[in-house]
Amino acid sequence: MSSNMEDASSLATKSGPVSTGPALAPTPIARRGFSLPIPAGLFSVGPFIIFSVMFLLLPTLYLIGGAFFDAEGHLTLKNIIALGSPQILGAYSISLRVSAASAILGMLIGLGLTLALIRGGLPSGVRSAVMTFSGVASNFAGVPLAFAFIATVGRLGLVTVVLKTVFGFDIYSAGFNLLSFWGLTLTYLYFQIPLMILIVAPAIDGLKKEWGEAASTLGATRWQFWRYIGLPVLWPNLLGTLSLLFANSFGAIATAYALTGSSLNIVPILLYAQIRGDVLHDQGLGAALALGMVLITGVANVIYLVFRARAERWLK
Amino acid sequence: MKTSRLWAWITFIVGAAYFLVPLLATFEFSLRIRRGTYSLDAYANVLSDPSFRASFTYSVVIGLFTIVVGVLIIVPTAYFVRLRMPALRPFVEFITLLPLVIPAIILVFGYIRLYNSTSILPFTGSAIGTDILLTLAYVTLALPYMYRAVDTGLRTIDVRTLTEAATILGANQAEILLRIILPNILIAVLSGAFLTFAIVIGEFTIASLLNRPAFGPYLQLVGANRAYEPAALAIISFIITWGAMSMIQLLSRFAPKTVARPD
Repeated sequence: MSSNMEDASSLATKSGPVSTGPALAPTPIARRGFSLPIPAGLFSVGPFIIFSVMFLLLPTLYLIGGAFFDAEGHLTLKNIIALGSPQILGAYSISLRVSAASAILGMLIGLGLTLALIRGGLPSGVRSAVMTFSGVASNFAGVPLAFAFIATVGRLGLVTVVLKTVFGFDIYSAGFNLLSFWGLTLTYLYFQIPLMILIVAPAIDGLKKEWGEAASTLGATRWQFWRYIGLPVLWPNLLGTLSLLFANSFGAIATAYALTGSSLNIVPILLYAQIRGDVLHDQGLGAALALGMVLITGVANVIYLVFRARAERWLK
Repeated sequence: MKTSRLWAWITFIVGAAYFLVPLLATFEFSLRIRRGTYSLDAYANVLSDPSFRASFTYSVVIGLFTIVVGVLIIVPTAYFVRLRMPALRPFVEFITLLPLVIPAIILVFGYIRLYNSTSILPFTGSAIGTDILLTLAYVTLALPYMYRAVDTGLRTIDVRTLTEAATILGANQAEILLRIILPNILIAVLSGAFLTFAIVIGEFTIASLLNRPAFGPYLQLVGANRAYEPAALAIISFIITWGAMSMIQLLSRFAPKTVARPD
């Protein structure tokens, strides 16, 4: 089961039963009569630590710290308060809604597909094809994904044209627009659903056959099995994955930017435009925008880590 | 049982349609450049475009450097943490997960503020400096994937015994890492490398904000100015991603499946 996750190379890949145990008792290791000298260890881990401080921690802290200073270097809350402007609140609102919608739909659809795939009796060849495709599609994000959806449901896209000429149904006069909340959500689902499939498949494999057999021996219906056994076991995993999917789309920018230029008012695009100097022209405000983003994705990921730790109890 | 299998097939077919229709539509769109007939002209235009070649080559080179630097930083760390300092593991895992928490746009904004031409380390002051900064930014993006790939590889070999044996035979640390550990986890490292490549090759945000002539910004530029070429580029990008993922699949067949020693 675990090896499947590894194959998927997904970020859900857990490193197995994490060995925090031995960490508490280093003596048995030392007693084995061999140990690597500490200086060599510093030599090994040193570059990693210097690298992560210089290119991960320091830039982020320096940036979000900047949210609390004005251009002259005085402490201020002006930047944080400025986040309350209608334009910025609107951007946060649409970003949160697109991320939530694409995460929730991605989770539900991905779960449905995975259940159909693993427990619906489809041939195993179909399963491995879907897993391979999911690996590709979950990495097929960014600018090319936007091109694909313009060519599909853009104004001249194949689906738009076929629906119009063959079925007489114009999705654009029916209110659909690729450069909108639903258009963006539909596009994001193209990488959210596969990511969900990659993460949740090992969890569904972890639902032991015996549980289903025991339940049906005791007279449980299929519905009762899911209500009282399946979902409670999967629940932490599902919620955790939900927060991961959320963070995944919240920070995404390339797809949205290639679809809409800077016309769509979502937070990453607003920040992008601010860095390019197109709008705002206020370093402090940009830093405050960044602080808001880090807080939101940070909270989402803390939820993911907490639920993943709970989920692993069942899926050994 | 019969109905559930029917539902499974219906679910699968609807799902497959959602994923395959955009690919078909994009491919069809990419052939439409000549009025009234299908042709591969959009592909010919793209492939003969000097900026395509230049930006693609640039991104491939940056991608290769990213992989090399990533391996140099991560393999010794993962090795040492596994062998000597398991207490560091939660800390290192936490750090390697951070790039998933911190959006790329935040990182690059931080770099621009911290390493601009007036700072102590003026990375963005010169082209070569910015190239180095871009490479290091990509190493950061690849950290979660690379670390997990390498750590998985290390789990399948007996690191301790190999290290002891090599030490007894007189190998020093660098030799152990380079000639014993690395060849033994090469397949895992290559999997991480291909995934890194797939992520880096079309990356847009960082390359664009650092103003480097990479493939991602080129894609965006073509998208803003042309009609049919973007579709051709989307198909080409999909094939590249597919290629990288297939290499990982292929490699995983050669990877040892068992855990050498429970840890």
